[in-house]
Amino acid sequence: MSEVSTVAPVAGPDPRATSASASLRRMARWLRRNLFNSPGNSFLTVAALVFLALVLPAAWEWAVSQADLWGDSKGACIDKGACWVFVRVRLPVFIFGQYPPSQQWRVLLAFALLVGFAVPALRDGTPHRALWVVLLLTLFPLLAGLLLVGGVAGLPFVDTTLLGGLMLDVVISFVTMAGSLPLGVLLAYGRRSQLAGIRTVSIAFIELWRGVPLLTVLFMAAVLLPLFLPSGVTVDRLLRAMGALVLFNAAYMAEVVRGGLQGVDVEQEEAAQSLGIGWLQTQTLVVLPQAMRIIVPGIINTAVDFFKDTTLVTIVGLSDLLGAVNQALKDPAWLGLAPEGYVFAAVVFFVCCFAMSAYGRSFERRLARGQGR
Amino acid sequence: MVRRPSRRARIAQWVFLLAMLGAALFLASNAADNLGRRHLAFGFGYLVNTANFDIPFRLIDFGPDDSYARALLVCVLNTLLVSAMGIVAATLIGLLIGLMRLSSNWLIRNMGLVYIELVRNTPILVQIIFWYVAVLHNLPGPRQSLHLPAGILLNVRGFYLPMPVLGPWGTVTSLFALALLVASPFAARLTIAGKSLGKLALALPVLAVLLFALGVESIDAPSLKGFNISGGVQLPPELAALWAGLSIYSGAFIAEIVRSSVQAVSEGQREAARSIGLKPRLVLSLVVMPQALRMMVPPLTSQYLNLIKSSSLGAAVAYPEIFQIFAGTVLNKSGREIETFAIVMAIFLSINLSVSAAMNAYNRRVMLVTAR
Repeated sequence: MSEVSTVAPVAGPDPRATSASASLRRMARWLRRNLFNSPGNSFLTVAALVFLALVLPAAWEWAVSQADLWGDSKGACIDKGACWVFVRVRLPVFIFGQYPPSQQWRVLLAFALLVGFAVPALRDGTPHRALWVVLLLTLFPLLAGLLLVGGVAGLPFVDTTLLGGLMLDVVISFVTMAGSLPLGVLLAYGRRSQLAGIRTVSIAFIELWRGVPLLTVLFMAAVLLPLFLPSGVTVDRLLRAMGALVLFNAAYMAEVVRGGLQGVDVEQEEAAQSLGIGWLQTQTLVVLPQAMRIIVPGIINTAVDFFKDTTLVTIVGLSDLLGAVNQALKDPAWLGLAPEGYVFAAVVFFVCCFAMSAYGRSFERRLARGQGR
Repeated sequence: MVRRPSRRARIAQWVFLLAMLGAALFLASNAADNLGRRHLAFGFGYLVNTANFDIPFRLIDFGPDDSYARALLVCVLNTLLVSAMGIVAATLIGLLIGLMRLSSNWLIRNMGLVYIELVRNTPILVQIIFWYVAVLHNLPGPRQSLHLPAGILLNVRGFYLPMPVLGPWGTVTSLFALALLVASPFAARLTIAGKSLGKLALALPVLAVLLFALGVESIDAPSLKGFNISGGVQLPPELAALWAGLSIYSGAFIAEIVRSSVQAVSEGQREAARSIGLKPRLVLSLVVMPQALRMMVPPLTSQYLNLIKSSSLGAAVAYPEIFQIFAGTVLNKSGREIETFAIVMAIFLSINLSVSAAMNAYNRRVMLVTAR
């Protein structure tokens, strides 16, 4: 329970003590204060240590010391632990899907472009940072799309059904992000509008999407949408799924943006109006920039959710990282390796999501410092 | 500052609404064309047709001769079952981990942190499939069942739990027990002759348990008979995996809600409570927790709603909930895409709206005055 630990009086430095015994004593004090400050806490500490002593060595044995990594078939896995050979052999499929191996440099180049655009956009102190953000959300998707699908400038055409693996997760979540952010801003303004018609439509749109599971929306795009199109018109399956994700996530984004708009003082808007600045300029030059700054952590949290949610496209027949693992596990040559496959997928997602959340938290801290809070 | 929308804005609004209407009409006419070509008319009449399929896990009787409408009822009950189980388990996990995060013990605090970060940053679908394929499917067969505490058996076919069998008076006593349970939170507020019942109300749930135990005649424990387990209640691996995935995932988010709500109680409140001489335990139970619990209600509501929506991921492990059966089996068998999707969405919307209405009503009652 949250009992405030009483701060023990700090003894003055003892000039006779050697630095080794001093640091030993510091450590003992730390242990006493943080792990053994009451009988109850001592008991909890011991119980937790026993638990860790049971779990950690077993996990280490399975994942590292008793695991096999080298070789090229299941026969190479002779130890008791995990058979990472499977993951290593299938790694290209897990990352690139069915993308033609001779063209995979295009995926890497697109990824390099993403890093090239994202780093200046995300780093503090970049000159014209806002411009970089806009480029990241407009020019980059265009370039990356041309690069990945090809069919122009001598690049062979690659069908979108061949996109898969982790690359597909990144592509889908990026498109979702770039599409749902502007739509979310429009919806947030729609929800705050004084025009009853627009307000009603926006609220209905937002609440409808937020009230149903993402899976129904994805399935609708896969199964229902063709029914609503004129006969003869077909839309690529990947595009349909992306469209559904954009609409669905725009509703969540709209609520994040609305929170930001509410966080900007009304006086800002009034001051801009008293200077004779029009509504559009007031919003784009005064209100939105301030709101966006507040909601960056919220946007990043939402982006982490988007990224995790891209795994759901597996259920509608696209083969993202999870789908690639599912498929690889059905290979008769590699049966019974489900723990390895799913642990690998989980670790990859964890690393990506944890990095994004960590950036969000550091941004939040800088924001709080910058505003002197 | 309220300003009347300008004339131009109002015209723009009408143009926008007309464009929306036009788009809707365009889509509807396409749908009518496409349905007409397949000689299908829009309507829900097909729900009375015979289903001709079986649902492996159900709470009420269902056979292939029953109608789609009854199948719908079966799946709605399945969805509600896993959602209710998930909400209870996720709340307990969330409370436990949230309290671990608030502990003054460094080790306990950081174990809570590791749990939250590991679980929150991994997709829930990966977790559900992991539990289903990598854990539950790798268990031994019925003959080598694992024996868990309290007579529970675990094997590749799922959990087998002992089940109390009610005696002749069992139904009556358990109904009374249920009534007592429902009444106990209200009894705590009751005042009789100017005196509040308060802690005496805690006797009611105890009484309810005793009353229920009175009605139990025997306990039907699962045991191995031949090649299979007989007796008890089976919790199929599909349900167990979905339940585990939902509650472990949501539990991490609820833990963060618990932690942040307790920490959001202002320091002044604690200082004031300490300065009037309250012991640390009383500061927590009389001052901090009552305020923190009230703050938890709105974020908790949205977590519960997320959990209910995520229960549709049962489709990935073939748990027969509303999405798996309706957007899967029924859609394929009946070919009624629009109607089936309308039903699925309407059901999720109405479950969500009723949970949200109930939680909002509760929130209005317990909300702090200052939070209004």
